[in-house]
Amino acid sequence: MQNELLIEKVHFARKKYLGGNKMKNIFYAIIFSLVSSGLFAADPCNVSSGKINILANEFTTYRIFMDEVQSCAGSDADFSVTHSVDHNKLQVAALSANPAEFSAKLVTNGSITPLMNEGLIRPLDDLVAKYGDNLNENQKITIDGKIYAVAFMANAQHLWYRESILNDLGIAVPSTYEEVIAAAEKIKASGKMANPYAGAFKSGWNLGQEFVNMYLGHGGEFFKSGSAQPNVNNAKGVAALNVIKRLTELSNPDFLTQDTNAVKEEWESGNVALMHVWNSGAASLLDDEGDQAIKADTRLAPSPSVGGGSKPATTLWWDGIGIATNTSDENAEASFRALVGAASSSELANNNPNATVWLIKGYTPGDTAGPVVDAASRGATPYPSFPHMSLMHGALSAELVEFLQGNESAEKALADVEAAYIAKATEQGFL
Amino acid sequence: MPHKTFFWFFFPTGLAMILFIGLPIVSSFFQSLHIETEQILMEVENCDPFGCETNVRVDLEATAKLKEQNPLGRFNGFGTYADRNHLAFDEIGEAWKSSSSMSDFKDIVLNLPFYKALLFTLTFCFAVTPPVIILGFFVALSINTLAKIMKGPTIFGAILPMIVTPLIGSLVLFWMIDSQGIIGATIQILFDDQNLSLKASSNLTWITLIIYGIWHNTPFAFVVFYAALQTVPHDPIEAALIDGASRFQRVRYIVIPHLYPVATFIMLICLMDNFRVFEPIIGFSAEGVAQSLSWMIYQDLRNENKMLFGSAGATSMLTIVGIAILLTPVLIRTWREFRTER
Repeated sequence: MQNELLIEKVHFARKKYLGGNKMKNIFYAIIFSLVSSGLFAADPCNVSSGKINILANEFTTYRIFMDEVQSCAGSDADFSVTHSVDHNKLQVAALSANPAEFSAKLVTNGSITPLMNEGLIRPLDDLVAKYGDNLNENQKITIDGKIYAVAFMANAQHLWYRESILNDLGIAVPSTYEEVIAAAEKIKASGKMANPYAGAFKSGWNLGQEFVNMYLGHGGEFFKSGSAQPNVNNAKGVAALNVIKRLTELSNPDFLTQDTNAVKEEWESGNVALMHVWNSGAASLLDDEGDQAIKADTRLAPSPSVGGGSKPATTLWWDGIGIATNTSDENAEASFRALVGAASSSELANNNPNATVWLIKGYTPGDTAGPVVDAASRGATPYPSFPHMSLMHGALSAELVEFLQGNESAEKALADVEAAYIAKATEQGFL
Repeated sequence: MPHKTFFWFFFPTGLAMILFIGLPIVSSFFQSLHIETEQILMEVENCDPFGCETNVRVDLEATAKLKEQNPLGRFNGFGTYADRNHLAFDEIGEAWKSSSSMSDFKDIVLNLPFYKALLFTLTFCFAVTPPVIILGFFVALSINTLAKIMKGPTIFGAILPMIVTPLIGSLVLFWMIDSQGIIGATIQILFDDQNLSLKASSNLTWITLIIYGIWHNTPFAFVVFYAALQTVPHDPIEAALIDGASRFQRVRYIVIPHLYPVATFIMLICLMDNFRVFEPIIGFSAEGVAQSLSWMIYQDLRNENKMLFGSAGATSMLTIVGIAILLTPVLIRTWREFRTER
């Protein structure tokens, strides 16, 4: 009961938007600047003691970032990093152990909630005060007034297209999913490509994310106002699923096994003319490897809106660093120093301006930042950060496959999602 | 063997079994009776690059206090066993009432996660085990007749599928059946269908997994049969030869009866192994269309969230019960044979 009241209050507060937040932020900013300017600025790099062991997702931008972290850590440091696309599945188990398997984890606004729910990452205020002089204010992720993460990049999924193919067929750059579908159908009909559209529809987290995007684009809310009760089995959910279904029909028949990295390979092989993937994909799609003709033809476009809505059907993400609670203070400090050194390196940002949208101070955004900025300005919502959101995402991941294969109706699939969510949320104590 | 000797002979194994198999099972069982303590939420203000908002988070102190009182979590009895993600009694009862026909009822039940996984697990078990035994037998027979110099390398080649780690083996095959891989592309050309993909339909994925299972398990049956073939007595075979028995007759009336107990053993092990099918599902990225009971346990413990020990424990218990039910007929049969031999 108590929880339901709380959530209700929050829904209410979110809707009316708290103007007081900004004042409070400025207040904090002043406090921090006073504290930090009063101290002698410590150089975070060249760590000589402590162990640095980082768990991170696997994609090119993170590789670039980690190279900088390693060079900041210096040659004497005991440094190791594990890149894994399954980082979300590993993180809770790995950081629950004491001492934790990893001293640090690259987190996002999606993956931070399961860690916060268990208290597995520590407040960083002391370390930020000591080493965070060169951080932007908006890099500091505060929860309940304490800094729990330091963000270094912003990301969002948006549209990518092959300019020559659209031009040849006289197709304008699509700005809604209805136009995307029409464009893909036209390309397919022209015989240029058998499966002109691609998205990360791999069953599991990726497929769940596609629904999150599309449902928010239709203006949906995942939970009933004022509770942790699910709220996806409605007209907006059905509409979202039907759009996804149409898109998958224009995709490679193996779509259920293709994650973002597989989609990028399809793109680089020239099999796809339209796709909706992460902005950070630019780091590998626009690099000097692979077919340069395709690279020269690759264009980025804002994320389309859907179903007559004004918001783009995508979510805003930040990626940042979190430090494990269950690691020694020495290791925590060593890991924080190396990571924050990279997260405040304008050199890293400006040498790789198109790898992603860096949040680092002194960064001049490159040509590819446009779609993320556009998404933010057109009112795309950040990925929901309710403590029970990851359970909802998990239920979506597992229960939508049969609909996409044509084995059950959209309503049935969404009813399954709600039932699966309720069973798990009950077991975890949220309901 | 005197009982005392047997006891001391068995003692170390028994102790290890109790410590490393028995106790964990008991512990899983206790865990399966509990669910997590209630999550106490508190209102907080969060700021990130996209602005500030009021949200909720788990109140760690209050939740930790609750946890301290009940380290195992809230007692839930057999509630977890009965919930939708396991035996789903309520859902089945409702389906029974609401469904108009038997096939309708079947559709609803097989759409529930546990029964969906059970269906695949059993299909895999019963589709893989018989071909494994038959193929293994023929491979063993053929290799047994080879010239001595050829035997070594051939045996090595024949057991290779078992040596290759399941995950690697399935990944290699996964890439080969990709629509741009050698097998996938060949099939597309053969059937002249650009959209034919082994990964796309559930039926084709199931068939792929089953073929992989047969490929992976046959060497085990082969090795056991091959060892057993070395013990086939020569005298009856020679006698049969003199009587003018054909090769088929010798195999049918002498070799097969001799190998019969071995076949039962292989069947037992294969059924047990295949009931726990897991790696190929991950290797083939087949989670979407083929879930097994082991995969459900994995999913509960690796679900991008808190680990659901209660749910995983319940599925483990149900898996053990499943294996027990599956093996009972075979065990009863073995027991009868054992009795009659006396």
